[in-house]
Amino acid sequence: MFARVFTWAICAAALSFSTTTAAADLPFIVLQSTTSTQDTGLFNYLLPMYRELAGVEVRSVAVGTGQALNNAANGDADVLLVHAQADEEKFVAEGFGVERFDLMYNDFVFLGPPEDQANIRGSKDIVEAIKKIAANEAIFASRGDDSGTHKKERELWAIAGIDVDAASGRWYRETGGGMGTTLNIATGIGGYVMSDRATWISFKNKRGFEILVEGDPRLFNQYGIILVNPKRHPHVKAELGQAFIDWLLSESGQKTIADFRVDGQQLFHPNAKAKVQ
Amino acid sequence: MEEIFEGFATAAVLIARFDSALFEIVELSLRVSLTAVLISAVIGLPLGAAIAVARFRGRNFLIVCVNALMGLPPVVVGLLVYLNLSNAGPFGWLQLLYTPTAMIIAQIVLVTPIIVALARQFVEDANADYDEELRSIGVRGAAKLITLIVEVRHSLLTVVLAAFGRAIAEVGAVIIVGGNINHITRVMTTAIALETSKGELALALALGVILMMIAFAVNAMASLIKKIGPKSYGR
Repeated sequence: MFARVFTWAICAAALSFSTTTAAADLPFIVLQSTTSTQDTGLFNYLLPMYRELAGVEVRSVAVGTGQALNNAANGDADVLLVHAQADEEKFVAEGFGVERFDLMYNDFVFLGPPEDQANIRGSKDIVEAIKKIAANEAIFASRGDDSGTHKKERELWAIAGIDVDAASGRWYRETGGGMGTTLNIATGIGGYVMSDRATWISFKNKRGFEILVEGDPRLFNQYGIILVNPKRHPHVKAELGQAFIDWLLSESGQKTIADFRVDGQQLFHPNAKAKVQ
Repeated sequence: MEEIFEGFATAAVLIARFDSALFEIVELSLRVSLTAVLISAVIGLPLGAAIAVARFRGRNFLIVCVNALMGLPPVVVGLLVYLNLSNAGPFGWLQLLYTPTAMIIAQIVLVTPIIVALARQFVEDANADYDEELRSIGVRGAAKLITLIVEVRHSLLTVVLAAFGRAIAEVGAVIIVGGNINHITRVMTTAIALETSKGELALALALGVILMMIAFAVNAMASLIKKIGPKSYGR
């Protein structure tokens, strides 16, 4: 029954839409990326600019880093832009990607309600700060979605030697949602939360929350960009994808990223290594 | 609380200034969901009617299955369609993932069981009333199906509207197979999810208000069609 409906559905839908496929006839590539790059508006700024420049439309799909890696491994993307370096390197090593390039960075910040019950405000040592959160059993909202941010946060708990799985459902709350969803929950229940700085700056539902801890080198957040391997997935638009990557890594692409501002603040800091053209 | 008032105010502003981004999203939502429901109705209404009048082994089991499929979670439909249309899946060569067509397919899978199950029930009830009569004047097979469908057409319109309501309101399936790509696959519900995650709660609510207005308009139109439609048949 399902199979038959599905087959019919594909035929009928393809027929009905073959004449009216959306948008112009520009060549396009699919970019799998993370919620932070979309929710901050970076793509709304960057991608139309690239379309003007190169005549190529970049269609971005914003999901958690884990899902983005998975979708790209299935061949459902031409380019991958995420922030979980170890996983990105594994992705390339397994033959799913061609090569990984550093693109830009921002950093993570720890946020909390103004009362700051665990008293972590102004701490320069993030590990000491989260130990205090655990000791106070102060509510902490975790992404819990295997995203780059979530992986980073788990690393910090591991360094601090705290078993958050044991606290899950008590003070450690795993939302299973994107950064914005998790911020909405944290500000809603008055819990501590870790966010990439870019998403936090552009987030509109702050409800008095403030950055309490920042600046620890362990909160560095590196973004990488990878062309999905056309040897693995032959339909990958390697030329168009590589051209987009080359532009982002070029001087003009890097400057474009640096110029992106929300409320006057720079959200992403380009740091591609100079590339020999 | 103030977000609620702000949401309604934002909705009014967006409509008043014919916001072009908004209209693009509204148009795609309607195009996707109406196409999906139309195709589902073409498949589902005759199928439901056929199950209603046919007698075969396993019929009861089939009916239970179809009824259960009304509860298909949109996210599961999205995943099934994703796995089929993914480049790693059997239909990857069609290159339909992250297109409006993929969203239509997902919604068809989602709402066809609703149409089949409800149409089956209405037609079966009508058949119980008219079976003998139709038999006596020799109406059988396809002619009988058509007669019954026409007889209960008003109920079937409500069935189709219920399916439309489900299609236009769901987000779980279209966000997976469409990807919520700006200008390509962004519809009302995925835009609402995005604005919520950006913390733009008033804007998200405004889009919700507009979505409700669209649903209202579609239902009002359907009700109008029902009123001015021919009344030659039945009651």
